[in-house]
Amino acid sequence: MDILNALVAFLNFVFIPGLAYGSQLALGALALTLVYAVLRFSNFAHGDTMAFGTMWVILVTWALQSVGITGGVLPTALIALPFGIAITIAFVLATDRAVYRFYRRQKAAPIILVIVSTGVMFVMNGLTRVIIGPEEQNFADGARMILAPNDFKAWSGLAEGLAIKLTTVITVIVAAVCVAALFWFLQRTRTGKSMRAYSDNEDLALLSGINPERVVAITWILATALAVIAGTLYGLDKSYRPFIYFQLLLPMAAAAVVGGLGSPLGAIAGGFIIAFSEVFVTYAWKKIVTYLVSADMAPEGLLQLLTTDYKFAVSFAILILVLLVMPTGIFKGK
Amino acid sequence: MNKRNLLMFAGVALLFVATGFFQSWNLSLQILIIGVLSSIMALGVNMQWGYAGLFSTGIMGSVALGGLAVVLVSGQPVPEGWAAGGPRLMLALGFGVVVIGAAVYLYNRMAAGTARRAAMILLLGAGFFAYRALLDPAITAIEAFNPATAGNIGGLGLPSLLSWPVGALFAAAAAWAIGKVALGLRSDYLAIATLGIAEIILAVMKNEDWLARGVKNIIDLPRPWPVPYEVDLQADPAFMAQAAHWGFSGVEASTILVKLLYLAVFGAVLLVLIYFSERALNSPWGRMMRAIRDNEVSSAAMGKNIKARHLQVFIIGSAVVGLAGAMLTSMEGQLTPSNYTPLRFTFLIWVMVIVGGSGNNWGAVLGGLLLGWLWLIVENAGPVAMSYLTMPLPDGVLKAHLIEAAPHLRLVTLGAVLLLVLRFSPKGLLPEK
Amino acid sequence: MSEPFLIGEAMTGGYGATDILHGCTIAVEKGEIAVIVGPNGAGKSTAMKAVFGMLNLRGGAVRLNGEDISKLSPQARVRKGMGFVPQTSNIFTTMTVEENLEMGAFIRADDIAGTMAQVYDLFPILKQKRHQAAGELSGGQRQQVAVGRALMTQPQVLMLDEPTAGVSPIVMDELFDRIIEVARTGISILMVEQNARQALEIADKGYVLVQGANRFTGTGAELLANPDVRRSFLGG
Repeated sequence: MDILNALVAFLNFVFIPGLAYGSQLALGALALTLVYAVLRFSNFAHGDTMAFGTMWVILVTWALQSVGITGGVLPTALIALPFGIAITIAFVLATDRAVYRFYRRQKAAPIILVIVSTGVMFVMNGLTRVIIGPEEQNFADGARMILAPNDFKAWSGLAEGLAIKLTTVITVIVAAVCVAALFWFLQRTRTGKSMRAYSDNEDLALLSGINPERVVAITWILATALAVIAGTLYGLDKSYRPFIYFQLLLPMAAAAVVGGLGSPLGAIAGGFIIAFSEVFVTYAWKKIVTYLVSADMAPEGLLQLLTTDYKFAVSFAILILVLLVMPTGIFKGK
Repeated sequence: MNKRNLLMFAGVALLFVATGFFQSWNLSLQILIIGVLSSIMALGVNMQWGYAGLFSTGIMGSVALGGLAVVLVSGQPVPEGWAAGGPRLMLALGFGVVVIGAAVYLYNRMAAGTARRAAMILLLGAGFFAYRALLDPAITAIEAFNPATAGNIGGLGLPSLLSWPVGALFAAAAAWAIGKVALGLRSDYLAIATLGIAEIILAVMKNEDWLARGVKNIIDLPRPWPVPYEVDLQADPAFMAQAAHWGFSGVEASTILVKLLYLAVFGAVLLVLIYFSERALNSPWGRMMRAIRDNEVSSAAMGKNIKARHLQVFIIGSAVVGLAGAMLTSMEGQLTPSNYTPLRFTFLIWVMVIVGGSGNNWGAVLGGLLLGWLWLIVENAGPVAMSYLTMPLPDGVLKAHLIEAAPHLRLVTLGAVLLLVLRFSPKGLLPEK
Repeated sequence: MSEPFLIGEAMTGGYGATDILHGCTIAVEKGEIAVIVGPNGAGKSTAMKAVFGMLNLRGGAVRLNGEDISKLSPQARVRKGMGFVPQTSNIFTTMTVEENLEMGAFIRADDIAGTMAQVYDLFPILKQKRHQAAGELSGGQRQQVAVGRALMTQPQVLMLDEPTAGVSPIVMDELFDRIIEVARTGISILMVEQNARQALEIADKGYVLVQGANRFTGTGAELLANPDVRRSFLGG
């Protein structure tokens, strides 16, 4: 029995990665759920919006680095982030004007908007590949570790090391700040309340003099900012590849649905549920179990339920389960 | 077929003729063959969307399952691999199916509540570990045999033509399982769920090396009857003499003949499918389908079993796509799971259906041919166009990057085509009657 | 005779190609209660929606305080001083009572605290539950929220589409009492009601519509006393 080492291994390999990934998914799912709440369709271009925005963050990062501006110990991408967000918001608002507004005025069926969003997805995906290419990019600079495994071992005297990456800490802090700011906006400001009102009851919102075009524009702005932040954090923490971002659509959509489509609180809960499930199911538990049982009972196999290649299966299984058992999600979405 | 339709098809034919004259006939035929295969896939998707209004984003999964069928039916047998763990593998898979069946049975039989939840968790949990205990040694044994060239259970070594209906069957079986679970869901949930299923099917094909060697690929799959190999033709003196008589080089004549034969076989399949699709669409069944699509509530009130009808059309559509997937793989002669991307094999097919005209079989074919052409031509012509466009730029990194990136412009082009058609001609080029 | 404060005069029109209203006239004086009654499908709600600009008129005009507002959108009419309470979906169910009232006052740029206090005085139960989600309230309380929301713009006319639909008789009486109180503050009330007898009892003016046209018009008491009206519409 070696509970301390087991605990450190759990923190290091399960909890901290799950926390970081969960924060990234939660932000992405929030963006998806906001668009759903106000515009009433599942935006298939969401993953590519993340890829597109993160691309601009990377390009601005490179530009800053080339003129000698860096973030010091912090990643330069944090300085580039507002520029990336601004460019992407401009693009998305132009898309709304040129594409979505027409269908909104026609009161088109949600599925038509979904199909339209796949058209937008094609365009954004293509532009991203033309501009930065489909290859993987690493753009994290600054300090790597806040706590290095060896330092931790030396300090604690344990066999297991604990590593805390700077990007993980940044991810969690930025996500927490974004969520707090968003909830403050939705709950406390007049504009935020008007968004909720519009999402709740469109006709009555119109009667109350709420301007739908303004609500829609603010929704796009918020959702895009969240998507670009989520994409940048994911890219810093892991790496950037446009196709991976497209694939993130599935876990993010699963998170939003699990929490209840249209419910911001649900999107956050859903993000962490999906992320921790993925890590739990795909982690090889052998090491931790070996610490906990006596030497002669140590397991032979890896104790891994599924290899990491099947992480989509986890999101998918949870998605289907929730849809079958409680279709409105945990927090009663629409 | 009215005048407008004929004109449209003539226009597309002209594109292929022009490609033949200005680029090469080989390329033109190549694109046409892919176009015909795309048309078959589009026919399948049109059944789901055009007839029944089901938006599935799992087309790629059906295509990949069709390809898998070719490997399992007509791939080289690997007797040693099979002997090492084949029977145990079958046992494990069978066991897995039984566990799931038992779970479904119990779920339907027991009353909702804590007891049922506990039984489900216990049964599925214990079943999963027992399944892995059965399966894992079998996989290790199979993959241990000669991993450099085999490491899989191998195929049956049967003729390639036989694998096509099996591909359709695989896709149909998967569609049945998916449909049972996901068809009751709201339209956008169905879209998300099917997108996920397709990714999972692909993950299995990429990672389960015992099945089809995963990303190590399977090569040397046999060609379907009656298509010969180019080298055999070139070794045949009679053929060479005939080629010379017509004024072709032997190499050129053999490649063109092979492509023409593929075109004939695939074209025949396409025509048969269209014949039956048209019959079905204009039968009472087809009218009922469209009635359900246009008004589910009133159709349900009239006693139509909407879920069963949706499941039926979902399975048939997926089977048609699976058939095309098998044809594609047997033509390429190899299975390359990493080639299956959702943009190419799900969303592009969607664009074909919508641009061609949802609900119209001929529209799906037109869309398949037109966009199949556009997709491959923009890939080829994009860099050329870009090099003209960037002529004024000084040589350097930017110019090289732009020319290199130009093939990706086809994504932008297709997205723009889809958006323009949806906006200005939502019924497509050949609208439903 | 001077013109009524709000009048929809000789209104003809409908949602699609066929007209539902045929030269129908509805009017209400300052601080009075006007009630529209009639059998199902008579176009009662349609008439009110026409006054509020929710359908296109092919003939006739709507004038508020002498000004022709026929061409204005419903939103613009709200700004002119008209408040409207739809029959269903008339509250924001996921928002608190207080937020519902705030949203009602969305077009106002000035301080709304005073108006909110008035609404709370009128409906004390809402003050008690002001931090509760409106969707969790009982049917009668929801209607109070709906009326309160419409009052937040400080309208000169309040239009109610079947405010007592689906509430118990006791709650209905209480709601009518509140509506009388609202009218006493100088706000004109125009409402459509299924419960014709009770509604006419509190009405200064009543309109009986049949097939989109005025059949009987008079004070509430006159209509209640009219044997034809009693026989046809009030069940004897």
